Amino acid sequence: MTNPGITLTTEQLEEFGDELDAIRQRILADLGEADASYIRDVVRAQRAFEVAGRALFYLPPAWPLAVAALSISKILDNMEIGHNVMHGQYDWMGDPGLNSRMYEWDNVCPSEQWKNSHNYIHHTYTNILGKDRDIGYGVLRMDEDQPWHPYYLGNPAYAFLLMVFFEWGVAMHDLEVENLVAGRRKVEDNAALHAGIMRKVRRQAVKDYLLFPALTGPLFPLTLAGNAAANLVRNVWAFNIIFCGHFPAGVATFSQEECEDETRGQWYFRQLLGSANITGSRLFHLMTGNLSHQIEHHLFPDLPARRYPEIATEVRELCERYGLPYNTGSLGRQLGSVAAKICRLALPDRRERSRTPGPVVAEPTAA
Amino acid sequence: MSLAGTVLRSRTLAALTSPHSVDRYLELVNPMWAAREVRARIVDVTREVDVPGHPPVATLTLQPTSTWRGHRAGQHVQVGVEVDGARRTTRVFSISSSDSRPGERFTITVRANPDASRRQSVSRWLVEHARPGTVLHLSQAQGDFVLPDRVPEHVVMISGGSGITPVMSMLRSLQRRSHRGRVTFLHYAQSPEHQIFAGELEEARRSGHGIDVHLLHPELGDPALSPAYLHRLVPGYRDVATWACGPAPLMEAVLASYDGSEALRTEYFRPPRAGTGASGGELVFSRSGAAAANSGAPLLEQAEAAGLTPESGCRMGICLSCVSRKSEGTVRNVVTGEESSLPDEDIRICVSAPVGDCTVYL
Repeated sequence: MTNPGITLTTEQLEEFGDELDAIRQRILADLGEADASYIRDVVRAQRAFEVAGRALFYLPPAWPLAVAALSISKILDNMEIGHNVMHGQYDWMGDPGLNSRMYEWDNVCPSEQWKNSHNYIHHTYTNILGKDRDIGYGVLRMDEDQPWHPYYLGNPAYAFLLMVFFEWGVAMHDLEVENLVAGRRKVEDNAALHAGIMRKVRRQAVKDYLLFPALTGPLFPLTLAGNAAANLVRNVWAFNIIFCGHFPAGVATFSQEECEDETRGQWYFRQLLGSANITGSRLFHLMTGNLSHQIEHHLFPDLPARRYPEIATEVRELCERYGLPYNTGSLGRQLGSVAAKICRLALPDRRERSRTPGPVVAEPTAA
Repeated sequence: MSLAGTVLRSRTLAALTSPHSVDRYLELVNPMWAAREVRARIVDVTREVDVPGHPPVATLTLQPTSTWRGHRAGQHVQVGVEVDGARRTTRVFSISSSDSRPGERFTITVRANPDASRRQSVSRWLVEHARPGTVLHLSQAQGDFVLPDRVPEHVVMISGGSGITPVMSMLRSLQRRSHRGRVTFLHYAQSPEHQIFAGELEEARRSGHGIDVHLLHPELGDPALSPAYLHRLVPGYRDVATWACGPAPLMEAVLASYDGSEALRTEYFRPPRAGTGASGGELVFSRSGAAAANSGAPLLEQAEAAGLTPESGCRMGICLSCVSRKSEGTVRNVVTGEESSLPDEDIRICVSAPVGDCTVYL
């Protein structure tokens, strides 16, 4: 557990939770046409970039443009649309095209499996070591409390590979390969998951590496390379944004014991301390799927992401009042911090840390 | 099937647009282009009757996409509209025009539901705000309350209130098919002013094609439906093919009068049951067939107490693992306190507590 030792009294935690619930209520009551038009505009833009990208492959000199357009399309599809729609942010619209139950994204990980590993496991057990499988994705050492092993000397190399093949890493996430190797999970347990992944992989591969290249005739190899490049760009971008969400310096992790029987206020408290934001322009936020507002996203995963910037102002104000940290910084700063952690944790801990875990919830001290 | 249709529904095109459906692209170009989904553009809105102080009724003429497979007289269709430009709400309406073929225009006749809030009422929106040009989302035609291909020599149709729409569709189809047999058409309305299709029914009565039209208003002294009255109109009516559609009290009288006769076919619309504001009432888990007395706890807990094992996750309303379809009843969100009574609604059962009777597909 890495906890900067921030505490709130039980009463404060309850008030903190009530204030966040009030923000949530106000936004929910206000959802309407502006939110619907926004997400429809993003979908329209994404489809336009996709069509433009696919078409530009017929013009060999425009190859870099084609890759750029297709990359933007895939990033929008995965982040501002896919990730957010699958959180149920737009379920209230009643539009089957934007419904969490039906949406499937341009990614080799089947949405059905991702919703379990992400919406349920990651968002419920955020940053609880041993419960949140996003800590290290089963490959990396991302927390001091993961015991060191010589295997982790490769931490930076594994991180690089995970970045390049990120969509594949996400798809394999649920298979718990590390538990298979360690004998804690049986191959048979993965049969259904495996079938789902293979079906999705086949569809994605046929489209990007066979049909669209074939449609460009003699340009087949160029188109194939272009589609692979767009998938790579999306992977690198998604990995970097996502790793900035929970791994920069100053983000807290939690032990399973201290999260037992959490109240709603405590849950909000953990989401806040376990997440980090990235500052940037409106366009930057759009391209991150507003995951640059990871804190707001973790507090309110099912509110439309376009609301996070407005919510952020209130959350910051709340943090100031309660004396809580609000972890935010530029992309460069957060990335540098994540990279440093990946490298530092590759090596064994240099000295036994003085561990003062202490309870997250302190009893009020007598005045 | 047209060449365009064949291409649009081909596996190759589906593979190219994967993981999205072909329709997700077509709708961006023109909402009236579709490979599988069904939509319709409103081409005409006509007020039927408009009695001051009573809900207005309008007939909407719809031009469906080429994906519309047509309908048989008596069937209904689900209509989805975005009432405030954002929330799509879906309701079922009977089709009032005669049988339609694929891609062919048809009409629905809608009475604005006076009890529903403007935000949730599709019928009010359709009657009060829908304009030619508006695009609606449709299902294919549904329902087996239909005329057979070979229509019997003598047919009885009984309807009340809004129940007139499906039988009107049947009557119009019989006229179009040049049915030469006898039709006895009974309709119960509150008052002559409330009578929709009055002019057309009067014309049918005078056409000399054997259509007996009886428009009845019990409040003005007309006979209520009874075996004696039916016998007087149609001797041996229990053996005559009959289609009946209307509100619950009329349907009870019909069922009692026909006494289990196989000649009777019925359809009726149940009014939505309002929440009682308290626990109590009965929970029905419609997939498993289980039932329980409502304890007021969230549906997930009550389902588990009833021995079911619904899929679930975070148990706090964030992960959507437990979303299930509520078909009837009111639920209160235990986090927000918000109540919702929409029929056929997807709810998170871990944070939804039933208020009164409730039916969930579990």
